[in-house]
Amino acid sequence: MRAAFFGLALTILALGLAATATGGPSTATAVPGCAKGSLNLLEEGKLSLATDNPAFPPWWGGAAKKPWEVSNPASGKGYESAVAYAVAKQLGFSKGQVTWSAVPFNNSYRPGKKPFDFYMAQVSYLPERAKNVSFSNSYYFVNQAVVANADTPISRVTTVAGLRPYKLGAQVGTTSYNYIQNVIRPTQSAAVYDSNNDAISALNAGQIDGIVVDLPTAFFVVAVQLDNGTIVGKLPQRGPREQFGMVFQKGNPLVKCVNRALNRLWTNGTIKGLQKKYLAQAGAPDLR
Amino acid sequence: MRQTSGSALTGSRGSRIIGSASPGGSRAIAVATISTLVVVGLLATAVVNSPGWDDVKQAFFDPEVFSESFPDIADAFLLNVRIFLVAEVFILVFALVIALMRGLQGPVFFPFRALATIYSDFFRGIPTILLVYILGFGVTTLQLPGVPISPLFWGTVSLILVYSAYVSEVYRAGIDSVHPSQEAAARSLGLGRFAALRYVVLPQAVRRVIPPLLNDFIGLQKDTALVALLGVVEAFRQSQIDSAGSFNYTPYICTAILFLAITVPLTRFTDWLIARDRRRQLAGGMR
Repeated sequence: MRAAFFGLALTILALGLAATATGGPSTATAVPGCAKGSLNLLEEGKLSLATDNPAFPPWWGGAAKKPWEVSNPASGKGYESAVAYAVAKQLGFSKGQVTWSAVPFNNSYRPGKKPFDFYMAQVSYLPERAKNVSFSNSYYFVNQAVVANADTPISRVTTVAGLRPYKLGAQVGTTSYNYIQNVIRPTQSAAVYDSNNDAISALNAGQIDGIVVDLPTAFFVVAVQLDNGTIVGKLPQRGPREQFGMVFQKGNPLVKCVNRALNRLWTNGTIKGLQKKYLAQAGAPDLR
Repeated sequence: MRQTSGSALTGSRGSRIIGSASPGGSRAIAVATISTLVVVGLLATAVVNSPGWDDVKQAFFDPEVFSESFPDIADAFLLNVRIFLVAEVFILVFALVIALMRGLQGPVFFPFRALATIYSDFFRGIPTILLVYILGFGVTTLQLPGVPISPLFWGTVSLILVYSAYVSEVYRAGIDSVHPSQEAAARSLGLGRFAALRYVVLPQAVRRVIPPLLNDFIGLQKDTALVALLGVVEAFRQSQIDSAGSFNYTPYICTAILFLAITVPLTRFTDWLIARDRRRQLAGGMR
């Protein structure tokens, strides 16, 4: 009898807690006009996200698990993973309600219904791209950088113009390649690879002198993937600031709510904090 | 017995797309036309009325993206043409050497036969993409003095090695298909072994294998895209770049059209070549 009473009391307490957990504080913090039930989702009650596999640091972290190589997007570690969970929290999703699937970059923009609510893989906003998908606002403003082997002639270059005589490489479909073509305009045509790993192989084979990647990736490449690598320098912005956005089905109204969530994360300092935690590395000279 | 014309005879044995004026004549053509229109019409209606057609049309057939990317891709396609023309010359020669090595008789030549067999087993067995990687990034990283590091060079070498293995088997099949009596006859006329091979066996063998040789040549043309793995910007890579820049797949259609523009006429030409050849052969025998 006592046990039963105790059990009942516990149940009431649990229910009360649950009510406060779901109803109380979270509606207070939830983004206005974006109640969880009203969102346009792939699967009701779940936030279905996707990125490329392998997902590389510093954008993704945690120990590699199951289908994922190198890192685990569901870990909440690494910049993009952390931002994704921060956005999910703003929209009222618990960590368990966020699911991840692997979608290669080239498939992220294929026509038809997308198999995710949004996609994050350091995808830069470009007006031409925005004709075919919807982008969220920026969650990171990015600079490009040049990576090379130390003690090679290119490693002593200090200006953008100084890069022109060298053979540069980049991953296919990246704004890094666009930067080579449109800003550096080298005298030798740029080499284009399926992945940064292939570009690194070519660098080690002496087929190219330098690789252009985004700055946070440059730090990872130099620290982990090259034996004797160095960052030649950070490349200056030309034209509008380059930004990473989440990729949505064209016209998906979910973008509006994600943007509101992102705005909050920018204003309340969360994004700044995550950048400091995952992306703050020093030691790259500026190329002029 | 010449109740049918020569062209109808070859038409019945060679590849045949449009029946030539055989019994029935214009009626056959009319039936073929109507049936084609009905089939194509039904397929087109099914595709155009499918729920996703608008999306597909925008993603794959955007005229603006097409006209923007076509010149770049056509330019890059010239590199593919250069690669497969150069590679094909080496393949035809190299593969013949391997096929002949494999056909050598007598115990003295065992090492040559073994080598040729191992060669074709090995290079037909490993995926081309793997060989491109191993040679393009592996061999070059050894930094051997005097060995070129150019990705274009190693990409082309990979294609030559792989396709020579296939083509050597095609040659071998051709050589085997020539009846031994041909060689015996040649030898009995006083030709040496080499002369018999050169003037009697090979001409017949090669003529018989032209269609499969062309098959491999077309395969080679398309596989030139694998050289892109090593950083070389050829047509497929260029279309990938354009596609990622606009998040639209129309550039791939440009590449497909360029490849078709080369392979289809080539196929028709070989069909014609074979038909002509057969016509000449039969013309001699049928009179």
